[in-house]
Amino acid sequence: MLSGDPLLSGQIDLAVVLIVLLKVVAVFAFLLVATMLMIWFERKVVSDFQNRVGPNTAGPFGILQTLADGIKFFFKEDLIPDRAERRVCILAPLLTVVPAFLLFTIVPFGGDFSNGHDGSVELFGHTTYLQLADPAIGILFALAMSSIAVYGVMLAGWSSGSKYPLLGSVRASAQMVSYEAALGLSVCAVVLTTGTLSTHGIVMAQAGSGWGGFIPHWNLIATGFVPFVVFLLASQAELNRPPFDLVEAEQELVGSYHTEYSSIRFALFFVAEFMNSVTMAAIIVTLFLGGPAGPALLGPGWLWGIIWFLLKMTAFLFLFVWVRSTLPRVRYDQLMDLGWKVLIPLSLGWLLLLATFWVARDQQWNGFVTVALGAVVGLTGYGLLKGAIATSKARRLEGVVD
Amino acid sequence: MGYLGGFLVSLRQIGRKQRVTTQYPKEKAPKPIRVHGRHVLNRYEDGMEKCIGCELCAGVCPAKCIFVRGADNPIDDPVSPGERFGYIYEINYLRCIHCDLCVEACPTEAITETKMFEFSFTNRADAIYTKTELVVDDDGMPQKMPWEDWREGEDLPTSAWMRATSPSGSAAFEGVVGWSGELGYGIRAPEAAQEIKDSVTTPLDMIDEHGHGHEDHAPGTAEHVSPGHEDHADDERGGDL
Repeated sequence: MLSGDPLLSGQIDLAVVLIVLLKVVAVFAFLLVATMLMIWFERKVVSDFQNRVGPNTAGPFGILQTLADGIKFFFKEDLIPDRAERRVCILAPLLTVVPAFLLFTIVPFGGDFSNGHDGSVELFGHTTYLQLADPAIGILFALAMSSIAVYGVMLAGWSSGSKYPLLGSVRASAQMVSYEAALGLSVCAVVLTTGTLSTHGIVMAQAGSGWGGFIPHWNLIATGFVPFVVFLLASQAELNRPPFDLVEAEQELVGSYHTEYSSIRFALFFVAEFMNSVTMAAIIVTLFLGGPAGPALLGPGWLWGIIWFLLKMTAFLFLFVWVRSTLPRVRYDQLMDLGWKVLIPLSLGWLLLLATFWVARDQQWNGFVTVALGAVVGLTGYGLLKGAIATSKARRLEGVVD
Repeated sequence: MGYLGGFLVSLRQIGRKQRVTTQYPKEKAPKPIRVHGRHVLNRYEDGMEKCIGCELCAGVCPAKCIFVRGADNPIDDPVSPGERFGYIYEINYLRCIHCDLCVEACPTEAITETKMFEFSFTNRADAIYTKTELVVDDDGMPQKMPWEDWREGEDLPTSAWMRATSPSGSAAFEGVVGWSGELGYGIRAPEAAQEIKDSVTTPLDMIDEHGHGHEDHAPGTAEHVSPGHEDHADDERGGDL
């Protein structure tokens, strides 16, 4: 990872190691505290949506409730079922938590991006970015980590030696794999627009005063909203959050993959889930809303980077909770329909359109003809897809009749 | 708004002060006056115990949580008026389901229930209440154990359910005193009849029963059926509390 940070190449002395260590500790602590607060925030906001009070006893406004729950979990009896695959059973919660931690390493959480600065800060006489690592593969690392998280869920269900967890984990892997495609395709749109995989580069491309001086230069607008919407929907499915929480559909699957878990192993799944919520909000902010980029109003610029980042992230976390408290859970076939028949074709088509426009701009093609042709091709594709779905549905119904 | 209209519906709930929940340990929802709670063993006005050790409560108890043994009263220092008294009286609250059958079975109104059901013990010995804990104190009030959560008024209407029922089961006797006095209270006034809240769901023969001696004791029905009784209906109902 050191080699991934171009500003750290060259001679590495004690200060560099210290900076890396400091950043590791800072990111680790931030993520833990953010997760703790997110659980509290979610419980509190959902209660408000439902005219309840929510946690209010541990600490001011019940803010220490998560801490109390965590301490309680440590003292609970840890059970492993007789028929469980012991080693995998113990490994599985860790497999969900570790990627959740690693995912945050590539997120730029601060830095001075105002007035044309490049987001670097001075630490112990070295210039560095306020992110743990800035590897060249950048956002691919995030996709890889979120894929690995599927293994934790899948192995947990499989190794429990029990029916419902197995069903839940099969659901989970099917859901996560199918939404990963839509997720990846909408990330492709961002990568295409900014021309870089590095998260720092993506943020840099969105910094600056923007169009007309006040509309920010965000990928949200530059990629034309559609990838953002697709990413938002797919991320909710990827996180197994309502309305896509079929993995944990209590009415059908008890607790699904964590049914047989208890004590702190059980808690680890939830820590990972909420940590992924926080991280996914951070990644959405990085990809589409310019991450820490924003104007510095007064005081040091690097502080404003952190403030903007936290503000945007909190807004998305609130959105997640809002969605959760509003929408009912979708049916499993609806989930798969939305993933395969809507989100993937939509993001794929949009990616092709975006690519066409970029090529057209480079090759100086006629703008009107490009738009018209793009629309025609897009509509034809939409029609063909519709036809294919209708045909397959008709065939299926025929089969039922026979 | 189409698909997104639901989001506004949920968002409008944010910040509203109305709450569907109560802050339970701090505040409690009001209890019905005839709720079944922890038992007490009552005493007569002169301090004698009402229990005669007949074991009817133990016999009727579906959870088999009551253990009673009677004994002959000592001649020089009788515990209860009459021949026998409850020598041992134990209720195991790990088993009691608060069905109040013991209260119905008791021939001397010795056992009744308070309104307090919030008690949690940390060992089995505490869960078994003996006569020491169950008999009312010298003021006629239930004894309060440290692990019980008594609130204002929960120890007052200890025999409300019994006094609300006509002893013979006939509606004509409703409100007629058919019970003995209690230590600290004397002969308690009858409980007010329960108000008929919904004339649609209440059977007609229950509403239309005024004129059978009911004017004297002002059951809630009289208010609803005959407007002429409204002027003196309020001051006669609810002798205590």
